[in-house]
Amino acid sequence: MATHIDAAGVHYTPLNQQVRTAVAAGETEIVLDHVLGQRFIADGLVGEVTITVNGVPGGDLGMFMRGPTVVVHGNAEHAPGNTMEAGTIVIHGSAGDAVAHSMRGGKVFVRDDIGYRGGIHMKAYHEKRPYLVVGGDARSFLGEHMAGGTILLLRLNATGSFAERGLASGIHGGEVFIRGEVDDRCLAVGAVRMPFEEEDRARIRPLVEEYCRYFGADVGAILAGEYTRIGPESTRPFAGKYTWE
Amino acid sequence: MCGIISVVDRSGAVMDGARIRDALSMMDERGSGEGAGYAAYGVYPEFADCYAIHVFFDNIVETKAQVDALLQTWGTIVHDEEIPTYEQPHLKKVHTPWRYFFRPDPTLMTGTPSPEDDIVTYLVMKVNTTMRGALIYSSGKNIGVFKAAGWPEDVADFYRIQDYKGYIWLAHNRYPTNTRGWWGGAHPFNLLDWSVVHNGEITSYGTNRRYIESYGYKCTMFTDTEVVAYLVDLLARKHGLDEKLAVRALAPPFWDEIDRMPPKERELNRAIRLTYGSAMMNGPFAIVVAHRDGIAGFTDRIKLRPLVVAEEGDRMYISSEEAAIRRIAPELDRVWMPRAGEPVVGRVRR
Repeated sequence: MATHIDAAGVHYTPLNQQVRTAVAAGETEIVLDHVLGQRFIADGLVGEVTITVNGVPGGDLGMFMRGPTVVVHGNAEHAPGNTMEAGTIVIHGSAGDAVAHSMRGGKVFVRDDIGYRGGIHMKAYHEKRPYLVVGGDARSFLGEHMAGGTILLLRLNATGSFAERGLASGIHGGEVFIRGEVDDRCLAVGAVRMPFEEEDRARIRPLVEEYCRYFGADVGAILAGEYTRIGPESTRPFAGKYTWE
Repeated sequence: MCGIISVVDRSGAVMDGARIRDALSMMDERGSGEGAGYAAYGVYPEFADCYAIHVFFDNIVETKAQVDALLQTWGTIVHDEEIPTYEQPHLKKVHTPWRYFFRPDPTLMTGTPSPEDDIVTYLVMKVNTTMRGALIYSSGKNIGVFKAAGWPEDVADFYRIQDYKGYIWLAHNRYPTNTRGWWGGAHPFNLLDWSVVHNGEITSYGTNRRYIESYGYKCTMFTDTEVVAYLVDLLARKHGLDEKLAVRALAPPFWDEIDRMPPKERELNRAIRLTYGSAMMNGPFAIVVAHRDGIAGFTDRIKLRPLVVAEEGDRMYISSEEAAIRRIAPELDRVWMPRAGEPVVGRVRR
C-alpha cells in the first residue's frame, strides 16, 4: 500500500520532509498528488523507493539523488536529474533547460521534448555511467561540455535533420546519439562524428527498450533507423586556449 | 534569478489581480524579498483618457508642490490622490505612492507628431533627474504599476492588488544582483504605454545606456531593465518598428544565421543589425513587454533564462515557470517554450 501525500498548497520543505520521513519508515512507494511547482523533490534522497509525482514539479527534481525512481506525470521544470548519482527519473511529458545537468550516474527518460543545454556537463567515473534518453527533440547546446555518459535523442516526431547550433560544444568525454541526420554546422568545438556500427546499435538497444516500456513505442521501428554518433575530438578541446604549452 | 508571470486576455475581458498574486508568490524562491511589482492595463476606466502618473514621494510636504506646479505648467491635473495602501508587517513603507490623472496641453509642445506623449516623457525625465524625493514610475493611459521593496504577496497585499481589474497583467519578483533593491528598482518598469519585466542581466547596459541617452532618455533607477523600457519606446513608438522587428533589433540572430537566410530576409536582418548595433542587448535575459494592444515575450539568443508560454481560450500567459501559469489556469490548451530570441506575441483583438 503506497503512501499518498497531498501536495496541494504545500511548500517544498515540508513536502520533502514528509517524503523523507516516509522513506525512513521503510516506505517503498510514495505518490505525491496535486504537485504544482514544488522545487527540489527527492533531492539527495537515498534508497529503494518509487516516487510518483502527479502534476508539474518545480526545478531540480532528483538533484543529488542516489537510488530512487521518480515518475512524473506532467512536464518537468529546469534541470531534472541535476548532479544525480544513481536511480531513474521518468518524465511523462517534456522538460525545461539543462536536463540532466552534471549528472554522474543513473538514467533520465523524457517522453517528449527538452529545452536548451540538455546533458550539459554530464560525466562518468569508475563504474558510474549516466544516461539521458529523450523521445522528442532538443534545442541548442545539447551535451555542452560533456565529460562522460550517454545522450540518446530519438526525435520521434521530427522531420528533417537535427539543426540546433552548438551541439556537444566542448565535449571531452561521453557520446551523443541522434536518430537521423545531423547538419554539419551543428557540431561545435571539440565535437566530431564517429562511426555508428552494429555494436553501437546493440549498445543503445536496452535504452530504447526501456524508453518503449515506459512510454509505449515500437522498439524495432525506432532501432531500425539511421543514427548519428557524436563524440569528443580529444580529452582537452580547450588546451592552449587560456595557457600556452 | 527573477520570476515573471504575465497574461493577456485577447478578448479584452478584465481579470482581477488575486490570482496573479498567487502565481507570482509561487515563485518566491526566484526573488529575495527586495522587490516585487505588478502592472495592469485597463485599471482606470473612469480616467481612461488621462495619463495616470504614479509618483513615489519621499515625503509629500517638500516635493509634491513642485511636481504639482510642473504638471500644471504643462497641462491639467484632472484628479490626484494618494494610492491606497494597507500596512503589512514585513513591508516598510519608505515612500508615499501617489497618482495624478493628467491631461497635457498639446499646444505647448511643437515640432512633434505626438505632443502629448512627448510632454509626458519630458515630465518623467525632468522629475526623475531634477526633483529629489520624487520618482515617476508609471505614466500610461489607463495603466497602473504597483511596486515596492518586498515579497510578491506582501507587495500585492500592500496595494490590495485584488481590487484592480485589467485585461493585461505583468508581474515580477526581483532578485537584485548588480545593484541594491529599492522601490524604484522593482519591476515592472514603465514609460507611457510600455511596461517591461525582466529576468536576467543586460550585460551591454553601458552601450545601450549611452545609445538611449543620446536620444534624450535619462536612466535614473540604477538598474539595467530601465534601458529596455526606453529602447522599446524608441524602437516601437518613435521609429515605428513592429514587435517582431523590434525584438530582432534587441536580440538579433547570429551573423552565421543571417548569412544563411534567403537574400531578402538576409538584407533586412543585416540592415537591422547594422542600424541598431548599439541597441542590441547582450547577456542572459527573459523579457516580457506590455503595451495597450498586447504582450510580447522573448529571451536572449542563446536562451540563458527560462520562458514558458501557454494558451487557454482567449488568454495567453508568459512566465518563468509552467507551474505559475497552472496556478491561475490548471487546464491549458497548449504549453510551449519558445526558441531563443524568438518573440511570442499575444495581441488584443480590437
